[in-house]
Amino acid sequence: MSTVHQQAPGDYWDVEPHHHHEGASTSIGFWVYLMSDCLMFAVLFAVFGVLGGSYAAGPGPQDLFDLKLVALNTAFLLLSSITYGFAMLAMVRGNVRGTLGWMAVTLVFGLLFLSIEIYEFQHLIHLGAGPQRSAFLSAFFALVGTHGLHVVFGCLWMVTLMIQVRQRGLTGANRRRLGCLSMFWHFLDVIWIGVFTFVYLMGMVR
Amino acid sequence: MAIPTEIPTTFLLGRLDWNAVPQDPIVWAAGVVVAIGGAAVLWMLHKHRLWGWLWREWFTSVDHKKIGIMYIVLALVMFVRGFADALMMRLQQVLAFNGSEGYLNAHHYDQVFTAHGVIMIFFVAMPFVTGLMNYLVPLQIGARDVSFPFLNNLSFWMTVGGAALTMMSLFVGEFAQTGWLAFPPLSGIGYSPYVGVDYYIWGLQIAGVGTTLSGINLLVTIVKMRAPGMTMMRMPIFTWTALCTNVLIVATFPVLTATLVLLTLDRYVGTNFFTNDLGGNAMMYVNLIWIWGHPEVYILILPLFGVYSEVVATFTGKRLFGYASMVYATVCITILSYLVWLHHFFTMGSGASVNSFFGITTMIISVPTGAKIFNWLFTMYRSRIRFELPMMWTIAFMLTFVIGGMTGVLLAVPPADFVLHNSLFLVAHFHNVIIGGVLFGLFAAINYWWPKAFGFRLDVFWGKVSFWFWVVGFWTAFAPLYILGLMGVTRRMRVFDDPGLQIWFGIAAFGAVLIAIGIGAMFVQFGVSIRRRDRLRDETGDPWDGRTLEWATSSPPPDYNFAFTPVSHGLDTWWDMKRHGQTRPKAPYRPIHMPRNTGSGVVIAGLATVCGFALVWYIWWLAVLSFAGLVIGAVLHTFDYARDYHIPAEDIRATEAVRDRQLAAHPLARGA
Repeated sequence: MSTVHQQAPGDYWDVEPHHHHEGASTSIGFWVYLMSDCLMFAVLFAVFGVLGGSYAAGPGPQDLFDLKLVALNTAFLLLSSITYGFAMLAMVRGNVRGTLGWMAVTLVFGLLFLSIEIYEFQHLIHLGAGPQRSAFLSAFFALVGTHGLHVVFGCLWMVTLMIQVRQRGLTGANRRRLGCLSMFWHFLDVIWIGVFTFVYLMGMVR
Repeated sequence: MAIPTEIPTTFLLGRLDWNAVPQDPIVWAAGVVVAIGGAAVLWMLHKHRLWGWLWREWFTSVDHKKIGIMYIVLALVMFVRGFADALMMRLQQVLAFNGSEGYLNAHHYDQVFTAHGVIMIFFVAMPFVTGLMNYLVPLQIGARDVSFPFLNNLSFWMTVGGAALTMMSLFVGEFAQTGWLAFPPLSGIGYSPYVGVDYYIWGLQIAGVGTTLSGINLLVTIVKMRAPGMTMMRMPIFTWTALCTNVLIVATFPVLTATLVLLTLDRYVGTNFFTNDLGGNAMMYVNLIWIWGHPEVYILILPLFGVYSEVVATFTGKRLFGYASMVYATVCITILSYLVWLHHFFTMGSGASVNSFFGITTMIISVPTGAKIFNWLFTMYRSRIRFELPMMWTIAFMLTFVIGGMTGVLLAVPPADFVLHNSLFLVAHFHNVIIGGVLFGLFAAINYWWPKAFGFRLDVFWGKVSFWFWVVGFWTAFAPLYILGLMGVTRRMRVFDDPGLQIWFGIAAFGAVLIAIGIGAMFVQFGVSIRRRDRLRDETGDPWDGRTLEWATSSPPPDYNFAFTPVSHGLDTWWDMKRHGQTRPKAPYRPIHMPRNTGSGVVIAGLATVCGFALVWYIWWLAVLSFAGLVIGAVLHTFDYARDYHIPAEDIRATEAVRDRQLAAHPLARGA
């Protein structure tokens, strides 16, 4: 065994405590999670791409979609992204009340979006165009419904975080959480733009 | 498709009633054995008052080392179950000739081969690999834990929940009879009306959440938590392979989740994704599930390529030949693994050009894999190889895996695949690469890192007994399947007409018995080693003269892994430290910031398992309650902000003083 003690290139141990900044991994971790979630949506989009024309002699997009309603819905969700952005700006300024206020506005928009979506689903089922009617409708309900479920959990998260910000203020941990929810909320917006374009708009010209 | 109504359901218990207990003496016998074994374990725990210890030190632990060990224990337990299924199949197939129906009816036999595949992949290979990565990655990169320690604990318990649900299906109801990927329409409600496929779905979904979360966790850990100076191209090769595997996990498990959700909707809601009518497309399921399924086999094998690389470098005493090419080969395989899925169903009829594309991409994967084999060979070339057990497993892997790889390239040729598709040749091929690659690697890893985890080596004699029975047994069991496959025998057959085939099944069954002895010898090896641990003790922390950072700390490592942060100046940091006579600092010890244990993971995963069980049996009230409990539990967990504590400097000083004494007793140990 060679025990040649060459000149070491430097110290091999760091005696000073080496702090990993608390929560330093959270943003990238949440990004990676969002990308994995994005893949789940990718599958649902692909499934819709394959089955989107399989009406099984049943109703198609032109028979079912009310573009005005969907446009209103889209507006709610896009506005909610802006208002969440205002909440983040208030957070940066350290303004607890502003943060909470804009979060509440965002929550209202989110709930409005959900109510219109639930109304739309209920209306389709009432028309006999439920998810069982054709592969097209199965794919439609799965894609739009999964997005809707994400919004439900986003709203739940919003409420939780509002309570936590009220209790503890804009601490480091809470700022991190607000940042994650921000990414999540904008992500849902991006997905919705895909849904609106790919499912509704292109469905109308199909 | 309408949900059949002939199975009576009640509000309180859904589909669950006394008919759920299988009317099968074989299952009863298994049930009695499990009950006796379980009772014995519980009694031992009670007698030695170990419940509190287990709960405090293990179940609620967020220490990546303990979680890693628990993953491997889970894998070993499930391995016994999965292997019992294998023995049952071998026995059935050797008996069912000349008009005999064998001893398993079709309903039971179909469950056995499905359970064997599901358990071996999801609940043996996956936890084994995840456990290994959990244990080693933070140590190899000089970190104190993973990025998200609580998530790590939750991931483990979700995996346990999935495994528990799968095991439960043995005694309550049935398991799927569809084969391990549950292709529709067979797995649809029309052809599988009872609970088998539902157990399959919920078992995999619950475990799959755990796998995805642990993939994100380890990926972020490797990206963010490396020691100062450890650039990407200075990471130990095992860490590199772990990184690529976790990228694959994050990039593919969501596809599995989504696909199973769609199958679930078909079964529970009556949608038409994969049905035969109203526009459904069953082949889409096959495409989707293999888009997950093919990367999955690379998720399993890549970390073991890392293990072999570490073992070869250590036992030849040389730096790994072609480190950079090894990294690039790993990355190439990671990317290519996403481009080959269609080779699992060339016979679907996608046409010559599509089949050619996927045939060629499949063959291209053998290039980076071949580069790896050559790198190992060149590392070994003209070195003084120490034939310790990990090295023996590595040699056995290289010989076995190369043959499995070549039969894989054969199957990649679409015209050949039309002949060999769904035959025992295929079964022989994938056991050749999974046993010869993944399992042999795991045995190499156990023998290599056991001293690190427990502070004593494994017994060599029983290790060699296990090794030889395994290797000889493997070839005796699977060579006949290659031959049978070439004769055209299809897989998953329960009875045979041609008596000329029986001899081959006889040889295969004998091989399975040899493997059983090999497995038994491995458990004897563990037992003997634990009994003789004082004689096998390693106090240096570096029994093999290792190269990477996990050998720079004591065996077993303290909770905080390293009292001081190591700094990397090149590849093989620990080897460098030894070469430069660098000793670890003795002061000043400072308090170390560590995550606190928590029972939330057990509770949340427990509720998820209850929810899965309720959904299997259509016990809707329980499903709603447990799901609500799960969400509330998760939300409540976020209200706990005090998740960490400091290990006081005095404790660290005391722990490190023990290490000083141990090293002083071994003056030859370097890097003290």
